[in-house]
Amino acid sequence: MGSVTDVNQYDDSLLIKSLKEAVIAGFITFLMAAILIGVKSEIAIGGIELKYRWGALFAAAGIAAAGRFVLSYLFWGRDTKVGDYLDKGLNGLSGATSGMGKIIPIALLALAILLPFLLMQAVPAQARYYLDIATVVLIYVMLGWGLNIVVGLAGLLDLGYVAFYAVGAYSYALLATTFGLSFWICLPLAGILAGFWGVILGFPVLRLRGDYLAIVTLAFGEIIRVVLLNWYEVTGGPDGISRIPRPSFFGLADFKRGDSGFAALFDIPYSPMHRIIFLYFLILALALLTNWITNRLRRLPLGRAWEALREDEIACRSLGINTTNTKLSAFAIGAMFGGIAGSFFATRQGFISPESFTFIESAIILAIVVLGGLGSQIGVVVAAIVLIGGTEIFRNLEEYRMLVFGLGMVLVMIWKPRGLVSTRIPSVFLKERKAVSADLVAQGEGH
Amino acid sequence: MATTRKTTMTRTPLLSVQHLTMRFGGLLAIDNLSFDAYKGDITALIGPNGAGKTTVFNCITGFYKPTEGRIGFAHETDAYDKIDALTASANRSDIHGSALYLLERMPDFEISRDAKVARTFQNIRLFGGMTVLENLMVAQHAPLMTASSFTFGGLFGLKKYQDGHSHAMELAKFWLNKVGLTERADDPAADLPYGDQRRLEIARAMCTEPKLLCLDEPAAGLNGKESAELNELLLFIGKEHGTSVLLIEHDMNVVMGISDHIAVLDYGKKIADASPEEIRNDPKVIAAYLGVDEDEVEEAVKTPVKKKAAKSKGAKK
Repeated sequence: MGSVTDVNQYDDSLLIKSLKEAVIAGFITFLMAAILIGVKSEIAIGGIELKYRWGALFAAAGIAAAGRFVLSYLFWGRDTKVGDYLDKGLNGLSGATSGMGKIIPIALLALAILLPFLLMQAVPAQARYYLDIATVVLIYVMLGWGLNIVVGLAGLLDLGYVAFYAVGAYSYALLATTFGLSFWICLPLAGILAGFWGVILGFPVLRLRGDYLAIVTLAFGEIIRVVLLNWYEVTGGPDGISRIPRPSFFGLADFKRGDSGFAALFDIPYSPMHRIIFLYFLILALALLTNWITNRLRRLPLGRAWEALREDEIACRSLGINTTNTKLSAFAIGAMFGGIAGSFFATRQGFISPESFTFIESAIILAIVVLGGLGSQIGVVVAAIVLIGGTEIFRNLEEYRMLVFGLGMVLVMIWKPRGLVSTRIPSVFLKERKAVSADLVAQGEGH
Repeated sequence: MATTRKTTMTRTPLLSVQHLTMRFGGLLAIDNLSFDAYKGDITALIGPNGAGKTTVFNCITGFYKPTEGRIGFAHETDAYDKIDALTASANRSDIHGSALYLLERMPDFEISRDAKVARTFQNIRLFGGMTVLENLMVAQHAPLMTASSFTFGGLFGLKKYQDGHSHAMELAKFWLNKVGLTERADDPAADLPYGDQRRLEIARAMCTEPKLLCLDEPAAGLNGKESAELNELLLFIGKEHGTSVLLIEHDMNVVMGISDHIAVLDYGKKIADASPEEIRNDPKVIAAYLGVDEDEVEEAVKTPVKKKAAKSKGAKK
């Protein structure tokens, strides 16, 4: 709109215009809210009496006026869009080209490592609560990173990812309760079993594209859940499996009070927080392992073939890439991380039932990947913190938090339709690593 | 190498398409087509729109399974002695003895990976969201996969993979330089102008180190200068680099300028197969291209399809 040369004059007229608009907006809100908010009928002795709520009425008008002023003065009257501000903040996250891109992941990692100690110092009474939230967030980060391989890199929309989470959880629960195997043996086994089921799912969907792929994977997720629900002899059906063993401190000590405990091993006073902190660091390590392997794979021919598959399957075949094996490997490796996260979930909860593995879980994990930006590792972290941590923090809002959650999603999809971090970092470069804009990156099947 | 063999009269082909027929339901797209492409040659496949050229390509590169016919491909010149024995067996290829392949039996990715036939597409198919360099690295998937010990070695950064990677980078740089895209190596492929995308697709196909490069209308949409550069590139590939080329093209400057040998298709049938000079003066080819009156065509071209059409028209009268 306006030129940049006479900024002051431009700003003055804009200020007056914005103030006018704000007053009008406030006045209209006042009129409308006068009846809706300003008066309230209450049951009184002998009938109903009207109560005037001047405070609420003026607050509503004030909020409308202030909101209108902010929008008019800062955004609507100018060339910048609201999304640009969001971009500025988020581009730092992705760009390997900018300094921010390097600092933010390291800062997040440092924060993640120090978090238990900071919480113990700052809010000792609520440290356990916050650490539990952080652990759940990290489970979803790991699940998001696992699904990112299938959806973000290989471009295969998987709506049944929770199936592998369930396979991993039940693998550990059954192996541990039936055969008494330790957590550290079951962890890789659960990963392998889930990867195996990833291949089993992969075969029937190899030829499917688009919506059909999404529907079949969705159905697969439901099949696993229904089997778990009905195969009473093995899975315990809706009763689930309880008394799942807790993980030991690498087989050296448990986290109980007594001589065999972690506290006794290190000769420190017993605290129930030790196990919580240990679980937190365990999932942090598992999530970081997922991230490390994924980043490694992206620079290997297999990972590059996944991304090429997302871009153009026919071209892949013309270059001698076996697309069948490539797709299956994506399903298997993605499922493996889901399974490992599942067995962590089982050991942390101590109890699992099919109710924990409903479709909504798949949807949340997929929402994390899509909101974070397909293929972006750091985006998944941000989205998991916002979605999982956010819904926990807004727990006081009760049912309204779902409203906030939905509104947030709509806003992100308007401003950042390709997810929060929507640039792709090339896996190899000749002179400099330039981020690729998401507009150029294909989304693969089923989007 | 190619020139010495040219002088001898009995040359054995690299690619030998025999009695190829492709039917889509009731439509006969290719009708009993046979032609050969020789080692070191640039062979062109031309014909009017809808003649079935791209279908032939799709059959050779395994994207279609031909209804009938045999497509032999031999890395060594004497391998064709064994083609009947191989056809009688249930095998796809005779790699131990003579590197002989029956392409109609192989899935598409094996044709590129094992038989070493690479192709480009009429509507360019690059990996648009990946950089130019990444496109060339994806093309070297098979050797890199071996070097990375099927990912496990590469995951831990073993020396074998690092060697494989630097070798792949060298090959990519060589072709980047050849097609003049070194400056744009780190830009996304979708950002390149059209002509560069065409050349990148050729470079990508060459990074698979093929024995035969199949190009589907590489000059389409190029201006005069660009198609002259393309000629140069194709001559380099065919003559200096020693990769045989099979070419579909409408741009006669390209076809006549660089081909050793031209096969002409019309309505799925081969109507001519000769050197550029002979093709230029062939009345059947001229008729097929210029679409002269039906009576003249009947005189010039004694093909049963046209005769039938003319006859049925006559009967109606």
